Amino acid sequence: MAGSDVKLLGAWQSPFVMRARIALNLKSVEYEFLEEKFGSKSDLLLKSNPVYKKIPVLLHHNRPICESLIIVQYVDETWTSGPSILPSDPYDCAIERFWAAYVDDKFFPSLFGIAKAESEEKKAEAIEQTKEMVVLLENAFKECSKGGEFFGGERIGFLDIALGSVVGWVRAVESMTGFQLSDKETTPGFARWAERFCTHEAVKEVMPGTETLIEFGKMALSNLPPTN
Amino acid sequence: MSKNDEVILLDFWASPFAMRVKIALAEKGIKFEAREEDIMAGKSELLLNSNPLHKKVPVLLHYGKPICESAIIVSYIDEVWPFPALLPTCYYARAQARFWADFVDKKVGFHPYYSETFLNLLPTCYYARTQARFWADFVDKKLFDGGCGIWRNNGDALELGKKEFIEILQVLEGALGGDFFGGDNFGFVDTIAIPHASWFYAYEQFGGFKVEDACPKLSAWIERCLKRDSVAKSLPDPSKVYEFLCMFRKMNGLD
Repeated sequence: MAGSDVKLLGAWQSPFVMRARIALNLKSVEYEFLEEKFGSKSDLLLKSNPVYKKIPVLLHHNRPICESLIIVQYVDETWTSGPSILPSDPYDCAIERFWAAYVDDKFFPSLFGIAKAESEEKKAEAIEQTKEMVVLLENAFKECSKGGEFFGGERIGFLDIALGSVVGWVRAVESMTGFQLSDKETTPGFARWAERFCTHEAVKEVMPGTETLIEFGKMALSNLPPTN
Repeated sequence: MSKNDEVILLDFWASPFAMRVKIALAEKGIKFEAREEDIMAGKSELLLNSNPLHKKVPVLLHYGKPICESAIIVSYIDEVWPFPALLPTCYYARAQARFWADFVDKKVGFHPYYSETFLNLLPTCYYARTQARFWADFVDKKLFDGGCGIWRNNGDALELGKKEFIEILQVLEGALGGDFFGGDNFGFVDTIAIPHASWFYAYEQFGGFKVEDACPKLSAWIERCLKRDSVAKSLPDPSKVYEFLCMFRKMNGLD
């Protein structure tokens, strides 16, 4: 009943869409995935998200929910029989939300800045900046995981989903530039966590392979800007 | 009260982001100490230690532990001190769901209509919370930067900034659910949005327009909010904000 009318508007390559899919998978919610064609926006998307006109949009009983992290919180609250995504302690919750906001406001833009850099000099700057951010995220991992395997502790949580959704793109950028943004020596926690995240049951079927993302990235850079 | 029970807010009088926290604490009746940061003199040790990443106010210190980012702080306050609720709590919906489950159990046996009814109550309520988060996030993304498009510019750039700002206000006005964003009661979105209104007089002066003319419903909402104690005592005099921004504009050669 709660799961019988769930649709997700999205695209396979979008890390934001991936967040919603991972959350739905964690809660074992069956949903219909409506793929948006790259470079155009469907009427349903424009009608469901008139403010931003962006994917992902979750439609539950035909009611739209927009913005990926807001969708993840909605999924967490609505399907209570599955494992919790946000921690129950308000302080732990605030810390995960803080770092998720950092991922969205600083880390993503810096990462995509590497791909969009107009000169080698600017690319080198963007790479250095992003590497420094990975070090900060390594420290955040130590604080949040409390010895566990994920930011959420023993199981995947809100911050794992927020940051993990971009690991595929981190690997694609590393491959395209030949630079390592994280490795087992300087940021071992981050590197091990990324491996565990990508092989998790709820993630592996929705995380695209590095080669596929590189091909898409090259195409997107040479044509229209990405929809996100 | 021990030292660790203290609620301390690292504050700046003109910051709409800090005002959000003051309103939330006032709504909940929480006593706190506001420590003013002097942004001209430099940031305090406590601020730099508590928010090493962004080095910005507001920071809430609760039991000595720092919480940063205003919307996250307001969510934290709402979770730690649940009454009165800022986000819709779903307590009523849950209670109704329990009532109907009990009714079905005692009287009816399994009846598809009643199970559908109670199963649908919870998503409706969680949807209301989600909509509140969405509009608070919209305010966060658009309102302050939209205003910067006015006070940080002059000439054609200011005119464009003004046009974009009014468009943002009109979208926001469309989200008003009643007297307040969530309907009848002052809540989460109102707490996040109303502090920005203390900067509107300044925008109106620089831009030569009136919010009341462009968005009468939003203007009426502002008046309603200002009647609340929590808001009235947390917002500065708009003319002081105007003086403050005039000084910034002079310093940056805009006037």
